[in-house]
Amino acid sequence: MSTIAPTAELPATAAQSGAEVLLRALKDQGVEVIFGYPGGAVLPIYDAIFQQNAIRHVLVRHEQAAVHAAEGYARSTGRVGCVLVTSGPGATNAVTGLVDALMDSIPIVCLTGQVPTHLIGNDAFQEADTTGITRPATKHNYLVKRAEDLARVVHEAFYVARTGRPGPVVIDLPKDILIGKAPYVSPAATPHRSYRPQTEPDSAQIGRAIALLKGAKRPVIYTGGGVINAGDAASAALRRFVRMTGFPCTSTLMGLGAYPSNDPQFLGMLGMHGTYEANMVMHGCDVMLNVGARFDDRVTGKLSLFSPGSKKIHIDIDPSSINKNVPVEVPIIGDAARALEALIAAWEADSAKPERTALAEWWRQIDTWRAKDSLRYRQSMDNGAVIKPQYAIQRLYEITRELGRETFISTEVGQHQMWAAQFFRFDEPNRWMTSGGLGTMGYGLPAAMGVQIAHPDALCIDIAGEASILMNIQEMSTLAQYRLPVKVFILNNQYMGMVRQWQELLHGGRYSESYSEALPDFVKLAESFHAEGMRATSVDDLDGVIRAMLASPKAVIADIFVDQKENCFPMIPSGAGHNDMILGPEHEGGATGVSDDGLALV
Amino acid sequence: MTAADPTYTSATISVLVDNEAGVLARVIGLFSGRGYNIDSLTVAPVDDSGQRSRINVVTSGTQMVIEQIKAQLDRLVPVHRVSDLTQLGPHIAREMALIKVIATTADKRAEALRLSDAFRARVIDATVESFVFEMTGSTAKLDAFVELMRPLGLAEVSRTGVAAMARGTRVI
Ligand SMILES: Cc1ncc(C[n+]2csc(CCOP(=O)(O)OP(=O)(O)O)c2C)c(N)n1
Ligand SMILES: [Mg+2]
Repeated sequence: MSTIAPTAELPATAAQSGAEVLLRALKDQGVEVIFGYPGGAVLPIYDAIFQQNAIRHVLVRHEQAAVHAAEGYARSTGRVGCVLVTSGPGATNAVTGLVDALMDSIPIVCLTGQVPTHLIGNDAFQEADTTGITRPATKHNYLVKRAEDLARVVHEAFYVARTGRPGPVVIDLPKDILIGKAPYVSPAATPHRSYRPQTEPDSAQIGRAIALLKGAKRPVIYTGGGVINAGDAASAALRRFVRMTGFPCTSTLMGLGAYPSNDPQFLGMLGMHGTYEANMVMHGCDVMLNVGARFDDRVTGKLSLFSPGSKKIHIDIDPSSINKNVPVEVPIIGDAARALEALIAAWEADSAKPERTALAEWWRQIDTWRAKDSLRYRQSMDNGAVIKPQYAIQRLYEITRELGRETFISTEVGQHQMWAAQFFRFDEPNRWMTSGGLGTMGYGLPAAMGVQIAHPDALCIDIAGEASILMNIQEMSTLAQYRLPVKVFILNNQYMGMVRQWQELLHGGRYSESYSEALPDFVKLAESFHAEGMRATSVDDLDGVIRAMLASPKAVIADIFVDQKENCFPMIPSGAGHNDMILGPEHEGGATGVSDDGLALV
Repeated sequence: MTAADPTYTSATISVLVDNEAGVLARVIGLFSGRGYNIDSLTVAPVDDSGQRSRINVVTSGTQMVIEQIKAQLDRLVPVHRVSDLTQLGPHIAREMALIKVIATTADKRAEALRLSDAFRARVIDATVESFVFEMTGSTAKLDAFVELMRPLGLAEVSRTGVAAMARGTRVI
């Protein structure tokens, strides 16, 4: 983060305003960048920002984008992202981003302006009940009503955001608190009075887990975003444990990169659009080790059919994630890195031999599932042939890999997101930013922006759909202002493809309102935002456009025309079990067997 | 989460919280947001300085849901301790009710008084045609008394909800 090195001390005088105390607390919490948007209620903070240069402010073009940018920043660095918005509409605009961060466990501190304390509750101009609105949208929130609480609350907010299962925290700041004098206090040295999540795993539970794992004949290790959140140590421990056990490993959407995708022990992503082998292994395993995943419905499919014959071990820092959807035999509460390290030590210390013969048999079975090649697609190389979206991502992956630059990928939401997860392969954690839990269209561009701020020299690509990109397209202006060379790679199928796919499979092909009508000319749009625009209309153009995009020093929008009818496979239709996947368009029956119960699911 | 599930039970949960603004809204929002039942809920400060409050909540669900409720409560930042009294063993759960009966005939008035005596309810207000009874006891006992008053002219009920604690020397 070379470009944002702190350069000046903030004055530490005794009589500071609330706004100054706030900035000092942020600085003491290690904040280097704030993503924000000004307004009446936060003018004192903006005035204080103006008079210092320890903390950099990045002016977004919509408050939702500020939160997504902070998410991209947080997820790519492992630090807490910081957001500043004004009262009323500033705060309500941020809500989608907050829920997104809540669902994906991203540490964010969001400062919201508020009308002065004596006006709260009077329906004052730009007043909103921000703590009320954001209570279910955050891990925790605060309304600072007394100047003497300000510094303590800021420190506590950062502690809450990053500790345990991370998440977004809102601090609502009435304007009079910001203007009046406030005392500064340093971060508390004592433990928090009530919030102290357990990070050390229970050794008896580790022992029970090892007994199950040593005796496993058909094991699987199923990992999630919790491994990423637990930092590099967790990914390193996961790699060691997977290799020492020889077990197959699969990952949720959020966990991609924790285990290297190109490793032979990796089965690919599991779940609704996961690989055949990953889902069949989940279905047929006898022992499942879940590390930092939450048995989300996109992963389990129909619960009563989920992995019926297995004993389950679940490592999670959040006790409420355990036994929520799926009952498990061995719950292990703790930090993923600590728990994996404890498993490694216990595995080595245990004299029992793993079931080598059965394991070899299990791998033979897995190989037959792998042989189905469930991600296959057919790309014609004829002149003028239509680009398959999968091929576009595959080439994007291969060409970026050739370049060897540090690469970060974000996505919007839809088919392109699933193809990105399937065909872009990650070998490192924190390189993949996607909206998993909330599935927020409009996430990818601002998230890539936040990543680029944190990693100025890296390659940051938003893999987008033509519909999603329009949801936060205004951020092209932010890219121009800060000269952020983010690449927007649009798989333009002229449809809300994921909606179209469900309509095709589940609603008799009645494509109600899912056609992307009246699209802008993305090349001209890029140019009007001081970026570069490119287009590929057939397979002949694809490599050239990708290379030109990657070579450009500027922000780029690459509009890649892809097959409008392509569907994302494999697919577990809603309400089905893992062993009941649709493998491709030629799959007999398709989703015709989906029950009414299945239809009611999202 | 259906009553047909054999593990469907009622649970009395005691939650010790920081007495800060919004803490009750957080707890109630958790129950409504996740579709848990609240059969009774009480809250009041319980220490000298007024910094801590105890929330008593009676809920029902399958065992898995009740475990979930406790885990969800426990991860709220201002929550100090969550105790499941139903699971911890013998406990006492009491509530108080005010019950207004408007009885105009002599035999109904006499019968209401006789029953209140049997239930150890106190008359705390009386006019020529009404009584207000005050009664403390288990939820079931209060329910039974209210039912008996119905044909005698039950007019209004106000109940506090449950306060609960473990029996014996155990402190939760
Ligand atoms: C904010 C928001 N609104 C609606 C949806 C529902 N939705 C999911 S995918 C999708 C279509 C996305 O279309 P596009 O961006 O073109 O991606 P494609 O599926 O075509 O790759 C929609 C509308 C959503 N996820 N987010
Ligand atoms: Mg599309």
